[in-house]
Amino acid sequence: MTDEDRIERVELSEREIAARKRRNLWLALALFGFVILVGAVTMVRLSQTGMGPDQEFYWHIDN
Amino acid sequence: MTDQPISSDLPVATAGDYVQLLKPRIMMLVVFTAAAGLVAAQGMSGVTIHPLMGAIAILAVALGSGAAGAINMWYDADIDAVMSRTSTRPIPSGAVPKEEALAMGLIMSAASVLLMWLASNTLAAALLAFSIVYYGVIYTMWLKRATPQNIVIGGGAGAFPPVIGWAAVTGNTPLDAWLLFAIIFMWTPPHFWALSLLAHKEYEKAGVPMLPVTHGARATRRQVLAYTLVLAPLGLAPVLTGLGGTIYALTAGLLGLVFLALSGRVAFSTAGERDALPRDNRAAAKLFAFSILYLFLIFAALMLEHATGWHWPVSEVTR
Repeated sequence: MTDEDRIERVELSEREIAARKRRNLWLALALFGFVILVGAVTMVRLSQTGMGPDQEFYWHIDN
Repeated sequence: MTDQPISSDLPVATAGDYVQLLKPRIMMLVVFTAAAGLVAAQGMSGVTIHPLMGAIAILAVALGSGAAGAINMWYDADIDAVMSRTSTRPIPSGAVPKEEALAMGLIMSAASVLLMWLASNTLAAALLAFSIVYYGVIYTMWLKRATPQNIVIGGGAGAFPPVIGWAAVTGNTPLDAWLLFAIIFMWTPPHFWALSLLAHKEYEKAGVPMLPVTHGARATRRQVLAYTLVLAPLGLAPVLTGLGGTIYALTAGLLGLVFLALSGRVAFSTAGERDALPRDNRAAAKLFAFSILYLFLIFAALMLEHATGWHWPVSEVTR
């Protein structure tokens, strides 16, 4: 067996696995929060311009 | 081919370690002064910002401040490890890898500028981006290790938040916004040098050319007094333009006098010397603590006046 054949595998302790899960959870929450913020900003900004539904930008129908 | 299990003995970072990377105490002052700028801009210009957009703009400033802090900790990990005051920070303590701090700083920088741009305008976003670069690159990577004027010039980074808050509302930066910038800019040297008088041995050990290290404690104490002599009247300048009303004038005037008294006490003491009297070093520590209170209270007075409508210009009250 040569050195190249050997695969090193890191075995994480219970504490490290728990810490990784917590980090991943915080990352997911941060990403989710960022998406929510961008969505909220977009909605408010659209409502401040002439592009909201009440201005019939998307749904204007000539009768 | 075989697996070779190896145990990992890496330190486990907690959420608190990542929060420490963002320098939360600096962030609080940054957020507060940005909010004051945002509120004062609405009071002075009559332009209002949607409450949600205002909150997101402040959040963007907080994120930007944290991002700059993380970049600073990434770059300064070597000198942080040498100084006992900073050796327990997340990178030198081994809790967070350097690369993670850099990645976090860069991603948060981009997210903060993007959020600011979406919630307010291009000028506020550009000022936020510039202030992050100012602190993370100009101050951290260049000035801090190059000149004893590091915190004087670098203080500009911490002075931007009220200007950013103002720009987020009005889309421009009038004289009043730059007055708030100037107050924080002139406040930084006496604030920071009061601390460095007490920690100069640490900076010397780390090779950081802080003023007490390069020019000695006596020159630093004189500079502290000189900057306070400029700061105390400058703190009252917003009263002349009408930005600050009676409450602000009383607050800035009284606190300016106390600041001067404490600086004078330090200037004519032995604080920072090798054989300094304990009470003199305590005076420097007191000045450092008071300087934080000073900035907090004058910006609180400004915010109170413009948020509540209790803004009575001194010229009208004395008429």
